[in-house]
Amino acid sequence: MNLESKIPEGPLAEKWSRHKFGLKLVNPANKRKYDIIVVGTGLAGASAAASLAELGYNVKAFTFHDSPRRAHSIAAQGGINAAKNYQNDGDSVFRLFYDTIKGGDYRAREGNVYRLAEVSVNIIDQCVAQGVPFAREYGGLLANRSFGGAQVSRTFYARGQTGQQLLLGAYSALSRQVTNGKVKLITRTELLDVVVEGGKTRGIVTRNLITGKIESHSAHAVLLCTGGYGNVFYLSTNAMNSNVTAAWRAHKRGAFFANPCYTQIHPTCIPVKGDYQSKLTLMSESLRNDGRVWVPKTKEDAEKIRKGQLKATDLTEDQRDYFLERRYPSFGNLVPRDVASRNAKHVCDEGRGVAATGLAVYLDFADAIKRDGKKTIEAKYGNLFEMYEKIVDDNPYEMPMMIYPAVHYTMGGLWVDYNLMTSVPGLYALGEANFSDHGANRLGASALMQGLADGYFVVPYTVGDYLATIGPADKVSVDSPAFKEAEQHVSDMTQRFLSIKGTEPVDSFHKRLGHIMWEYCGMSRNAEGLTKAKGLIQDLKKEFWSNVRVTGEGDEMNQSLEHAGRVADFIELGELMVDDALARNESCGGHFREEFQTEEGEALRDDANFTYVAAWQFQGENQPELLNKEPLEFENVKLTQRSYK
Amino acid sequence: MKINLKVWRQKNNNTEGKLVEYQLDKISPDMSFLEMFDVLNGELTKKGEEIIAFDHDCREGICGSCSMYINGRAHGPQTGATTCQLHMRSFNDGDTIVVEPWRSRAFPVIKDLMVDRTAFDRVIQSGGYVSVNTGSARDANETLIPRSIADEAMDAAQCIGCGACVAACKNASAMLFVAAKVSHMAVLPQGQAESTERAERMVAQMDAEGFGACSFTGACSVECPKSISLDHIARMNREYLGAKLTSTNVQG
Repeated sequence: MNLESKIPEGPLAEKWSRHKFGLKLVNPANKRKYDIIVVGTGLAGASAAASLAELGYNVKAFTFHDSPRRAHSIAAQGGINAAKNYQNDGDSVFRLFYDTIKGGDYRAREGNVYRLAEVSVNIIDQCVAQGVPFAREYGGLLANRSFGGAQVSRTFYARGQTGQQLLLGAYSALSRQVTNGKVKLITRTELLDVVVEGGKTRGIVTRNLITGKIESHSAHAVLLCTGGYGNVFYLSTNAMNSNVTAAWRAHKRGAFFANPCYTQIHPTCIPVKGDYQSKLTLMSESLRNDGRVWVPKTKEDAEKIRKGQLKATDLTEDQRDYFLERRYPSFGNLVPRDVASRNAKHVCDEGRGVAATGLAVYLDFADAIKRDGKKTIEAKYGNLFEMYEKIVDDNPYEMPMMIYPAVHYTMGGLWVDYNLMTSVPGLYALGEANFSDHGANRLGASALMQGLADGYFVVPYTVGDYLATIGPADKVSVDSPAFKEAEQHVSDMTQRFLSIKGTEPVDSFHKRLGHIMWEYCGMSRNAEGLTKAKGLIQDLKKEFWSNVRVTGEGDEMNQSLEHAGRVADFIELGELMVDDALARNESCGGHFREEFQTEEGEALRDDANFTYVAAWQFQGENQPELLNKEPLEFENVKLTQRSYK
Repeated sequence: MKINLKVWRQKNNNTEGKLVEYQLDKISPDMSFLEMFDVLNGELTKKGEEIIAFDHDCREGICGSCSMYINGRAHGPQTGATTCQLHMRSFNDGDTIVVEPWRSRAFPVIKDLMVDRTAFDRVIQSGGYVSVNTGSARDANETLIPRSIADEAMDAAQCIGCGACVAACKNASAMLFVAAKVSHMAVLPQGQAESTERAERMVAQMDAEGFGACSFTGACSVECPKSISLDHIARMNREYLGAKLTSTNVQG
């Protein structure tokens, strides 16, 4: 199938404005004749729902949380990038574009990334106007800090709670539209199917999580703003309820899933401690501005540390290996995430890891405290240090932090064109749920930027083009056979879960899936391991459907049932991720195939054969998926071996 | 560690609830409080019993979902932390721990430890925003906001909306929650245009939701996982009084 990316013609810097001019408009008086469903109320969903309602559309916003404010965007710590160049340090829209394309290892679309950089400046203006309390200098101007993969300071932040403040900003805009009657907010309700009829998206089927009621909602367009799928690994920095279900069920109704194997492993997370662990906690990348990453130079010292015979502070400077500074003198501790993570894994594999498990490296603030004083460090990172101390029970002002990479973000997602429309007309995907802007690796502080760019500044324009094309009459009633069929499908699935009555809790399957994914499709992959993983996942799927235990009933609040549906989808997605990783015989960004690396152990791309987006097409239950390729064209940047030396 | 739990079980809002006892051993002190509940739910599932429903999500103290009333304190014995940030090392081997949902008329129980906090959303919907449409903002640096003001706003804005303030208050008052939002907007220049109306509308909505009155005992601030200061309540009172004196809303 030919994938139409709809990237506009013309010079890079003019693509978006030309495209906007070419889009059809809906007359202000006609906007009220259109209904739009927004699923998910994180940064992308809340900003889209609010902006579309402001334009005059009727919006129904769905969240499975009790409030839009709980979406996982709230947990983003470090910041949001924007090409404001307030620091006069050489930043520009083009530089942000370039850094993002390069950071993504040349596996994203030029046109999309440039647009992202272009609207980044509007996002900051919008958020400040909403009352988002970004960090300021004494004189009252906005403050910035640096993030990985960039040599300019372009990251705006609100202490270590930037995501929270941006989400509360979008949530306030959404709340205003609820009051204005333009948004109907539907909470504690989960999407379980997307309804497609006559080649167009007609609405969704949901389950009310309190009453268990299955309901249909029809609309002219549906926007999935449902986040990423990092929880396929079980342990990740994602919130416990983050899941792939909305995207996956849409996939099964015809939306292509792009680059599923591109997952981001974040280098600075609190290491795993025990088998009971339910999630991993991120320590913001901003810490790498001042923290120095190191391990002992020798295996012997590392072993003594692991056994508790030596402390980190016992080692002198020349007994330490600041491996990032040594290998990448120009970017140092601020190399992109994929590079930092792989290097941490590498030194631990060499036997130089610390912590009892040997799976940790140090992030040391001693020099920064000596240089700037404890007070300055506290002002910058106080809440992160506190968070660390609460979890680990160790004081990072005195002892270096221990960190290890963990699954954090998924660059892959539903395939969308330049208008953010999936391969199913009328179905859109925004934010982390789509694949579009980060290529094979996302730079720090770019997720918030993308979520808000999509919601505030892209989709409000592009969705109008589709609506104007179809017209207000082109809508299907919830009583139509397409909705009834989808409702039946969802009810059947619920019954199936409840009737298995096996012996193993849902959580245990999720954990086992996570182990398989982390072991064989995690930070580094190889063909042999991936092939093995495919078999293991297929076995797990069979066992799940014959031995899972779901307690409670379908017509009540039932967290066991909710989790079962999500894990069932994760298992299927896991298999597709493995297929994708196997099909991509190169290394790029977060996808590191051991067979394809440079002599120095860096990711080795194969541009001649793999400069494409892998868009997978569902072919039916238990059928192999079909790989569609969208070639990536680069006219403005030269593809080079990424170097951060 | 061995732990005896007494957990509030309630099928739904229409049935009566009761405390049910559970025993757990082999609990690691490094486990978080919610991970201990995961273990318990795993055991219940294996026995074919229904699991305990509780709200939780980010498990790093920011989403505000978790809401357990532990041994008579909102979010348990630690201060400045949510339930998910509480670890079993805060308890002793053999301890009995009583776990209840938030107790407030404005937060009806949905099931077990899960309550309905949508009253908070309706309070925000009544005025907790700046009316600015997407695309109509001017350059972010055109309005100077001194660092001390930005910091003050941030101190208030970091409220996670968990409802611990309500749960901790003997009157189930939501003053700290409402004050945090009013105060956040009141100190910033962006919030000025609507400040009068905002204070009036948010306080009216708070009352309509059935939250109790504030008697300024300060329990809310002590139990607040973000340690939001009572100063914000003082500021809201001033905003509200000012609003009442200067309001153009003559209908009261």
